[in-house]
Amino acid sequence: MTQKFVGQAMKRVEDPRFITGAGNYTDDIAVLGMVHAAMVRSPYAHAKIKSIDSSAALALAGVLAVLTGKDLVGAGINPIPTGWLLPDLKISAHHAIQPEEVNHVGNIVAVVIAESRAIAEDAVALVDVDYDVLDSLSLGSDALAEGAVQVHPEAPGNMAFDWNIGDSAAVDAEFAKADKIIRLELKNQRLVANAIEPRASLAEYKRAGEEYTLYTTSQNPHIHRVMIGAFIMGIPEHKLRIVSPDVGGGFGSKIFQYPEEVIVLFAAKKVGRPVKWTARRSESFVSDAQGRDHESVAEAAVSSDGKLLALRVDTIANMGAYLTTFAPAVPTYLYGTLLNGTYKWNAIHCHVRGAYTNTVGVDAYRGAGRPEATYLIERIVSMAALELGMDAAEIRRKNFIQPDEFPYQTPVALAYDSGNYEPALDMALEKLGYAALRVKQAEMRKQGKYIGIGVCTYLEACGLAPSALVGSLGAQAGQWESALVRVAATGMVEVLTGSHSHGQGHETAFAQVVADELQIPVEHVSLVHGDTARLPHGWGSYGSRSAPVGLSAITLACRKITDKAKKIAAHLLEASSEDMEHVDGKFQVKGVPERNKSFFDVSLMAHLAHNYPADLEPGLEATHFYDPKNFVYPFGTHLAVVEIDSDTGSTKLIRYVCVDDCGPIINPLIAEGQIHGGVAQGVGQALLENTLYDKSGQLISGSYLEYTMPRADDMVQLEIGHTVTPSPHNPLGVKGIGEAGTIASTAAVANAVIDALEPFGVKHLDMPFTAEKVWRVMQPKLAQAADD
Amino acid sequence: MYTAEFDYHKVSSVADALAALAANPDAKLLAGGHSLIPTMKLRLAAPSALIDVSQIEGLKGIRLEGETIVIGAMTTHREIEHSSLLKEKCRILPEQAALIGDPMVRNKGTIGGALAHADPAADYPASMLALGASMKIESSSGARVVSADNFFLGMFQTAVQEGEMLTEIHIPANTLGSAYEKFAHPASRYAIVGVAVVKHAGGNTRAAVTGAGASAMRLTKLEAGASSGLVDAADLLSDHVASAEYRAHLVDVMARKALARV
Repeated sequence: MTQKFVGQAMKRVEDPRFITGAGNYTDDIAVLGMVHAAMVRSPYAHAKIKSIDSSAALALAGVLAVLTGKDLVGAGINPIPTGWLLPDLKISAHHAIQPEEVNHVGNIVAVVIAESRAIAEDAVALVDVDYDVLDSLSLGSDALAEGAVQVHPEAPGNMAFDWNIGDSAAVDAEFAKADKIIRLELKNQRLVANAIEPRASLAEYKRAGEEYTLYTTSQNPHIHRVMIGAFIMGIPEHKLRIVSPDVGGGFGSKIFQYPEEVIVLFAAKKVGRPVKWTARRSESFVSDAQGRDHESVAEAAVSSDGKLLALRVDTIANMGAYLTTFAPAVPTYLYGTLLNGTYKWNAIHCHVRGAYTNTVGVDAYRGAGRPEATYLIERIVSMAALELGMDAAEIRRKNFIQPDEFPYQTPVALAYDSGNYEPALDMALEKLGYAALRVKQAEMRKQGKYIGIGVCTYLEACGLAPSALVGSLGAQAGQWESALVRVAATGMVEVLTGSHSHGQGHETAFAQVVADELQIPVEHVSLVHGDTARLPHGWGSYGSRSAPVGLSAITLACRKITDKAKKIAAHLLEASSEDMEHVDGKFQVKGVPERNKSFFDVSLMAHLAHNYPADLEPGLEATHFYDPKNFVYPFGTHLAVVEIDSDTGSTKLIRYVCVDDCGPIINPLIAEGQIHGGVAQGVGQALLENTLYDKSGQLISGSYLEYTMPRADDMVQLEIGHTVTPSPHNPLGVKGIGEAGTIASTAAVANAVIDALEPFGVKHLDMPFTAEKVWRVMQPKLAQAADD
Repeated sequence: MYTAEFDYHKVSSVADALAALAANPDAKLLAGGHSLIPTMKLRLAAPSALIDVSQIEGLKGIRLEGETIVIGAMTTHREIEHSSLLKEKCRILPEQAALIGDPMVRNKGTIGGALAHADPAADYPASMLALGASMKIESSSGARVVSADNFFLGMFQTAVQEGEMLTEIHIPANTLGSAYEKFAHPASRYAIVGVAVVKHAGGNTRAAVTGAGASAMRLTKLEAGASSGLVDAADLLSDHVASAEYRAHLVDVMARKALARV
């Protein structure tokens, strides 16, 4: 029996190079004659550029050029387009270098190209920009308020879009007959993505052939090629190669087309030298697309026995200063459609207004819309339980979609393919010892100790997505994925995938699947990704799509290889290919296993073609373009337990149980790693992370001295379980796991904190649950108790 | 990530350091560099030269001289954290050192650098005040010793004058007990409030707080026996992480915890 690799917790083959400094990141790449770029960034949130005097900078030895927005516009460089169009979307031009006006702190007004980065930075200080400072906006609700300052003339009232989904009349009817209305006002605070590797780009231009190469930190190099080539710079796609080598984390922030990539390409041709730029961390804070930033009012109509009837949501999404690549989709189609959660609502309506402000653009960040939706639903369901005097787990159980109701059409467009929510809930409750912990919690409260248990029974939609569907919703991209499986004469296999690995471990997990499909040793498989010159067109990795979409393409390409190999083997064995079977790594005649050919025999003959079927092409490689039939719908239950120190208001996570259902698991070690990282990011949002802009649009939390990232000692050992409900519509039945942890954990931890604060009469509190904030809501009762 | 240009001088004696300081009036002394280098990279500081004093052998180490523990200014946090002499006679310092940064920071950062920088949220200033430590400051015209009470003058301000350098820290070796309780900033892990309490041989208790105000200060009410209302919120810092009122509350909480362990 051939060894099966799928399902094994194999250690990641990429890790030795990452942890020994042998990775090949963009900033590691040096090419002959390379010079360096440093950006001149606006210190103001909103200002007119009156003039730019570069003379002192140009006079500095080693400075090659200072380029401004006028240089780019004059050379016919177009603004960076938005990649997802909603009806009546108001788009303001986003130039790689703004020629006339800046709209957030960090907006680029000029670039210095110099022999070294140090000289370039010295010269940046010498570029004299005269600004006419304007009033600015940081908060979405301020931007939409009457009489607000205008960010862009193209968007009256700062409204980028006004979007609805669901049946508001049906919702009104449900509200009219409901026993109780639960109302929740919440803020989902803005987050900085904080990939460990800052963004970097290196551009080369070769006059011979007029060819450009851009090495850049991207989750999806082909998207950059289309955007830069076809829309921004007018470079024929076959003259523009984008290489995205090892990438140190993306979390969404490296999906997007950024100004710096355009700038280095433009400058490389202009100065006739390769140009590199690597973000300083303080640049990352003011230039990487940020996440979340919603202000919402939600109302749930419920019956007195805990039946969820209807949900009404009104959200202001702060989009920042510009609509970046996928920005319009995140608070609309990736948010409003997810508001059904795991429950049977009769009706849902969601209204979202996108607001322009003078802040960094907001786009997809791990989960992208689904964490915002999950946080809102799971908070309001827990609030309903509290107000109805029900248990937080039982209200969920009562409202779950049942396993025999799939496929399930929600009131907000999505049709769930499969699901079975109760076993995950039961397993999680059992792991936690939920009932006993509730008893303990009550006893502890009597002693003035406050623990809280948070329940979150999430669902997410990932594996973006049927191309025709996303196209009809405004995507300016397809969402299929490509694979090319190439077998060498010796049987070694190269897999070229449009999916991109920036920490996910594809080189290991994908190889496990290929090895099983082709019945060959896993070491015989190597993965190629992130280079438009080597790959068929692909759409990259985001939205937990690599396994359900990218790996489906690979699997189906492998099956084409196997089919062809059977024909070659049949010819060699003088048998009919219908009589061939693929067993234990051999192609053998059914019923006569001793008549067989190995994978090596077949690969070799495919290349030699000396003894070969007349009607078959030589060679052994196959391409497959896979367009998914639907999203996939991972789900699960996460339970968080926190303890609050009433002396200081400090919240500590003390236990965390999660049971996730992502279908069959390819590599449990990698899947659990994704859960660990995802949960940590969600815990970070709930307890720690704090993107603070002041009234003038300055980012107060613009460094790690102020921006609180979760660290090892903020976490607990996760208690992990799985249920397995395969997706019915892809060849492996797999669903994504990359974002589930983040989607679920923020709500689980928030519910735990609010649960702990129940004795203090707290029904809701906005994240992050920082010590002073928690201490303040506890004060009235504590002070009263001290007086008694 | 890119500093302005500067000259670099490495010296091996206090005399050489003072001479280099006299020759380069805009220079800064470089010890572990964990505060200075980041400010230079952000171009908030642009000294014309750095005088690297971190390798001056005479400024390293912890020794007992009679009833005084003498700590060389270039002694690292790690050496303090692991000093058996301090663990036996002055446990508050190893306790504090273990709370500074991470192992890499503690391997490079020095007590002298930290004290001379006088970050309002640094840990050591509280223990220096509570211990009744004194600081030896040298210049080309000689040496002087300043008590901790007269050393910390304000935010990033100490008694060290132009042309002078801090060379030694003197600590009484006969204290009876000590404890430090820190409420850390969630991001930087500097002290929002750090309270040091030391029981002295004469039976008196000295206590001080760091982080709460513009510079470390004695908790005289605690020393007089009070257990709450130890500081007036009006004297404290206030920001988005911790208001003055909250800091005042934390001083009471941290003082209670420190007293319980002293």
